[in-house]
Amino acid sequence: MASKPRTLYEKIWDAHVVERQDDGTCLVYIDRHLVHEVTSPQAFEALRVAGRKVRRPDLTLAVPDHNVPTTARLAADGSRIPIADPQSAAQLAALEKNAPEFGIRYIDAVAREQGIVHVVGPEQGFSLPGATIVCGDSHTAAHGGIGALAFGIGTSEVEHVLATQTLLLRQSKSMEVRVEGALSAGVTPKDLILHIIGVIGTAGGTGHVIEYRGKVFEKMSVEGRLTVCNMSIEGGARAGIIAPDDTVFRYLEGRPYSPKGGDWDRAVEWWRSLATDEGAVFDKSVVIDAADIEPTVSWGTSPEDVVAIGDTVPSPDSFTDPSKQDAARKSLDYMGLEPGTPLEDVAIENVFIGSCTNSRIEDLRAAAAVLKGRTKAANVRWAIAVPGSGLVKQQAEDEGLDRIFTDAGFEWREPGCSACLAMNPDKVPPGERCASTSNRNFVGRQGPGARTHLMSPAMAAAAAVAGHLVDVRKLSGG
Amino acid sequence: MDKVTVIIGRAIPLGLKNVDTDVIIPAHWLKTVSREGLGKGAFETIRQAPGNPFDVEDFAGAPILIAGDNFGCGSSREHAAWAMLDMGLRAVIAPSFSDIFAGNAFKNGILAVELPQEQVDRLLEVAKTDTITLDLENQVVTTPYQDRFAFEIDPFRKHCMLEGLDEIGLTLKRDEAIETHEQSRAGSLPWLDAPQSYRRDAA
Repeated sequence: MASKPRTLYEKIWDAHVVERQDDGTCLVYIDRHLVHEVTSPQAFEALRVAGRKVRRPDLTLAVPDHNVPTTARLAADGSRIPIADPQSAAQLAALEKNAPEFGIRYIDAVAREQGIVHVVGPEQGFSLPGATIVCGDSHTAAHGGIGALAFGIGTSEVEHVLATQTLLLRQSKSMEVRVEGALSAGVTPKDLILHIIGVIGTAGGTGHVIEYRGKVFEKMSVEGRLTVCNMSIEGGARAGIIAPDDTVFRYLEGRPYSPKGGDWDRAVEWWRSLATDEGAVFDKSVVIDAADIEPTVSWGTSPEDVVAIGDTVPSPDSFTDPSKQDAARKSLDYMGLEPGTPLEDVAIENVFIGSCTNSRIEDLRAAAAVLKGRTKAANVRWAIAVPGSGLVKQQAEDEGLDRIFTDAGFEWREPGCSACLAMNPDKVPPGERCASTSNRNFVGRQGPGARTHLMSPAMAAAAAVAGHLVDVRKLSGG
Repeated sequence: MDKVTVIIGRAIPLGLKNVDTDVIIPAHWLKTVSREGLGKGAFETIRQAPGNPFDVEDFAGAPILIAGDNFGCGSSREHAAWAMLDMGLRAVIAPSFSDIFAGNAFKNGILAVELPQEQVDRLLEVAKTDTITLDLENQVVTTPYQDRFAFEIDPFRKHCMLEGLDEIGLTLKRDEAIETHEQSRAGSLPWLDAPQSYRRDAA
């Protein structure tokens, strides 16, 4: 008897349901749990108070990223440089103590594997296709790029997973974002996902898991897929996912935690079977024409506030929804922008290349390709490049990319979340503008009063050179 | 969590759409290792503006917040729910919530009530002068006038809130089922079960 065609999401979901209650709530098994310093201390403390232990420390991996400074961590004599902020130091010390106390492997801030949790997971082969992966961070959606069902959770859920290796969840609806055609030259995965969020809106995926489908994704590198899935949460979807294929298998084979030997072959066979069946039905479907997509930048304070770089700042009156008009007015006021201004006329003082969205080797290569033989403009006061992990940093240095960045006037930093979230010392000053490869342009996200323009690494590099937002395609030829 | 049944009181008529969790509690407040004391930083940027609704005397200690679409979008930080609790909020009414925030609110006994925009607009109006009542058992929001707005809520979440149940305690009772799942998974998908056994240092 033929079974009902299922989507990729439904197949992974079904394989992980431990129990289904009459009211539809399911107890779902979690295969991989990534833990960082900011959203875990209260969970560990609650376990301690209740006298509970971690059920599967072997499926859990801890690494600090949000709150670690990205300046040098070791002095010339090899000793550790203490963290100046006592609260940050205490938070990092808590993870350093909690992980071994509960039997969890901890990657130290000075280890070369350290990095942003969403870069580390796939890089270590800890994140795998078809797995359920959680972390107390909304950008956990990134791991969907290798075909995992990955989503962010709150601290109470972190505690729940630590104690039980499960979560109580209701199955989400399924949503297909199908991209037809091919991306034009100079248009990157970041431009694609910014465009998608512009089309569906920040709540477009709420209650859904998005599957990204189409030739564009089949041809995309793993790094690009991680970038796209990473920002699913900016479209309201707790998870985004792309069917795992040979590109993913080649990426994962031989990584430290990847299956080995006969297990690898069995795993690949199962992973191949996960692709959405012919005839499977999505609850919602959005079709996007890749030919419509230009290098894209944000102008406002919501990730849905995006336009092509050749456009002008929109007028609030151009929106039909009155509440969106009001929001656009507030955004423009915060951003210090006038409607009708060409985006290319917007000068910037800061450039941030990094974050879990765009700090992988391919991102650094794309930025370096633009920066090679060029320097940042005089009005750009602060430009930093922050690799996503120590291994990315090392690879970039092996390729000589660090020199390209520093020759162009960038600071070359240690791995971490850095200026994405204004938590560690890397912040954008009030009233100043930043060309940023991160994922959120919210009010105050990069620092109180900071004005963020989201874009791809190549576009951020081009902005650094020009001193204003600019279409990178104008520089590439020159 | 504490039991939640009926919440009566003034409601802060914020009304804004897309209130993200960076706005509810900015990241510099996240350096804490505790759940306490975050109310001071709640809605920090909004509260810096003169004439913001949080500063209106009538709303001091109000247990309810009324907001626009997509409340709690963005970061998964549960500090947003903790900060709201710490400033005295016990319920939020909005046309829609982000999935992660809705979960975090529930785990902390904050009732997140979804109502259509027209009803939210009506409540924003009433909130200026009168109290609002949220009745979880009967799934209805009422005002001193004739308003009676029914709302939907996940039955499991409703049950847990009414009874003040500890979810982890409930799940730990399912230990046998979890163990059975783990055994079958170890047989059918063994590579998911033993990441440490493959581990070798990176080349």
